[in-house]
Amino acid sequence: MNRTWEGAARTACAVVALAATGAIAQERSAVEEIERYRQALGDGNPAELWEARGEGLWKEKAGPKNASLEKCDLGLGPGVVRGAYAQLPRYFADTGKVEDLESRLVSCRVALQGISPEEAKKSPFGGPGRKTVNDALVAYITSESRGVKMNVQANHPKEAEAYEIGRKIFFHRGGPYDFACATCHGVDNIRIRLQDLPNLTKQADAQRAYTSWPAYRVSQGEVRTFQWRLEDCFRQQRFPHLDFTSEASIALTMFLARNANGATFNAPSIKR
Amino acid sequence: MKTKFIALSALAALAAGCATAPSDDATSAKALAVMKAGFQERGQAKLDRLDQDNLQRLCSTYSGGNELPKDVAEKIEQEQRAMIKFPADGKMLGDWKSGEKIAQSGRGGQYNDDPTKPSGANCYACHQLTKQEVSYGTIGPSLYNFAKVRGFGPDIQKYAWSKVYNSHAFSACSSMPRFGQRGILTEQQIKDVVALLMDPNSPVNK
Repeated sequence: MNRTWEGAARTACAVVALAATGAIAQERSAVEEIERYRQALGDGNPAELWEARGEGLWKEKAGPKNASLEKCDLGLGPGVVRGAYAQLPRYFADTGKVEDLESRLVSCRVALQGISPEEAKKSPFGGPGRKTVNDALVAYITSESRGVKMNVQANHPKEAEAYEIGRKIFFHRGGPYDFACATCHGVDNIRIRLQDLPNLTKQADAQRAYTSWPAYRVSQGEVRTFQWRLEDCFRQQRFPHLDFTSEASIALTMFLARNANGATFNAPSIKR
Repeated sequence: MKTKFIALSALAALAAGCATAPSDDATSAKALAVMKAGFQERGQAKLDRLDQDNLQRLCSTYSGGNELPKDVAEKIEQEQRAMIKFPADGKMLGDWKSGEKIAQSGRGGQYNDDPTKPSGANCYACHQLTKQEVSYGTIGPSLYNFAKVRGFGPDIQKYAWSKVYNSHAFSACSSMPRFGQRGILTEQQIKDVVALLMDPNSPVNK
């Protein structure tokens, strides 16, 4: 892991030396203003509405089996929500798969509530006039990891494999524009238009970025989950549509989550 | 004899260990298979977008701390330079005002974009170009005063054309899309963008 960060650091330094000659200071004030705005909004984050709805959905009986999700094992034992998100993704013996939170919720809704996998995966993200179970449950469960240190393991061979596959996906250049995740997220101190881009191959940036998702997006009026974040990145990367809870999405999440280890989780957050 | 046997066994065990650990190529192949299974075609974005051409493969291999060797870089630049097509009429410069619009637009290529409409170049996403536009990115270098600094002559025009057409021709494994090579921009659009960079009246050179 350190090899990755150090290597990327060397490459990044060379690029930054070239890029840093541009006048950056001038727009810093704008970025600071946005940060101040974000902090002001943070005191009354509308994501709390999603968190409350999610807690209700977690405890409410639903599905053909008329059961709640309170026996769902998120990795720390059945029903343990506190701190669960900070150790995901992980391998689950009952499904034989590495799962992130959103795929684990699908597994639990299928196993405990008797909902079909197709139904559990259908339209996972909210939009105008459409509130989803996934968004609410994610907001609730992630909020229960606030203040907990990220601790994603790769002890199981499938966890280690997912991390390595995720790493490959991160650096995979493809599509008509030749973009990889790393094109925007593999260099220090760059921005697209005025938006700062975290270097997700470096520990400090990866920690700061990963621990701030999910987020209430002011511009969209929705809580956006990590699966949503990845899918929308790939859209802009000119890639095809990333399937919700696909193995590819989980492997990439594994790579990013594990790179954030040691940081204190602090989401749902609020973003522009 | 006994020591020799133990040493050999240890070597054999080591070799076996190496054989079971997946090679980098095997991980790449697995990753591509996982991606093929994890994406769905939508709109203009088909699954073949996940397949890599030789350039994409090389540039992915030499990333993430794996430095691009000088000889590989030079080979890439030579190959990409040889593929550049210059305008049939020999005129590199179009209309800088149209170029400015193309530089502002980020549409095109995404599955939710209409493929029958022209794509933008989204230059401002990564580059500073003019003093008027303060919302610019820093992924690429500032291009403000591009020709004022380098000169307005035909060699620099050709250089600007080449960079827009295929940036790998001068900078192997650059982050910039190959706007001409991949048919993202039309010949006329490239002329307009080159005019934005090269025209003495363009705000880039003011």
